[in-house]
Amino acid sequence: MIDLSQLVEGLNLPEYKKEKVTKVQLVKYAGASGDFNPLHTDDAFAQKIGLNGVIAHGMLIMGFLGEYVNKIANNEGQVIDFKMRFGAMTFPEDEIVCKGIVKEKNKVDGKTEVVLKLFAVKDISEVVGTGEAVIQF
Amino acid sequence: MELKHLIGKTGNPFTFKVEQRHIRQFAQAIGDSNPLYTDEEYAKKTPYKGIIAPLTFPIAVKPDDENDKFDLGLDYRRMLHGEQQFKYSRPIRAGETLYCHMKVTDVYEKDGKNGAMEFILLDTEINDENGEHIVTSRTNILYRPLVTN
Repeated sequence: MIDLSQLVEGLNLPEYKKEKVTKVQLVKYAGASGDFNPLHTDDAFAQKIGLNGVIAHGMLIMGFLGEYVNKIANNEGQVIDFKMRFGAMTFPEDEIVCKGIVKEKNKVDGKTEVVLKLFAVKDISEVVGTGEAVIQF
Repeated sequence: MELKHLIGKTGNPFTFKVEQRHIRQFAQAIGDSNPLYTDEEYAKKTPYKGIIAPLTFPIAVKPDDENDKFDLGLDYRRMLHGEQQFKYSRPIRAGETLYCHMKVTDVYEKDGKNGAMEFILLDTEINDENGEHIVTSRTNILYRPLVTN
């Protein structure tokens, strides 16, 4: 991973490809997060409301971006702000790629703050979510 | 606006004990193998000095008691999770007890394709036992007209 001091405005961060989303993963995430909306675990329910089957929790995808951000922060910088806007739906078997770019670098109260613009993308170009994180060090 | 009356509504305060096992299960579900969430020896050597929870963990912080559930009286089929934000003063640590309360901080309207859409901002403020701020989780819910098939 990159040293935090090397994060400069405009830098494209290395991409991070997650393993394919699986139905078992959605069951695990439902249990761990306490979100038991059947839309994420019950195909019959999802089909009743017009989908092909279950969809991933948006928060699981935000979890992927959170993992990515902390990879960048290198367990050294502290993430003080992290937000995401949800886009296209994610289905089992989808492969999510996390991408990011350094949007700003500022000095705040003697500390450095790096603002990252984040993207969760599937099928090369379909955006399932965009986010932003501030790493302080 | 249908939901303006919800502004300022608060839920019952509740506490939440952060189990190390819960952190591990949460990280595993995401497929996040960062040892910071599971390996005490490793975590001690980082600036965090111990196991912390993944960034999105506050989403799992809910009242254990069904009676303390924050009920806004909304139709869940109409709710769509549009945005999520976490503002941290410090990370959540394994083993600590969180003091939480939920509040509707805003309701606003925007024009959409199918008429006006309403948005609800729901904050969960999470503090430590001394009332020091740890993190605020802000959920932006889109409340849309019911689609009937």
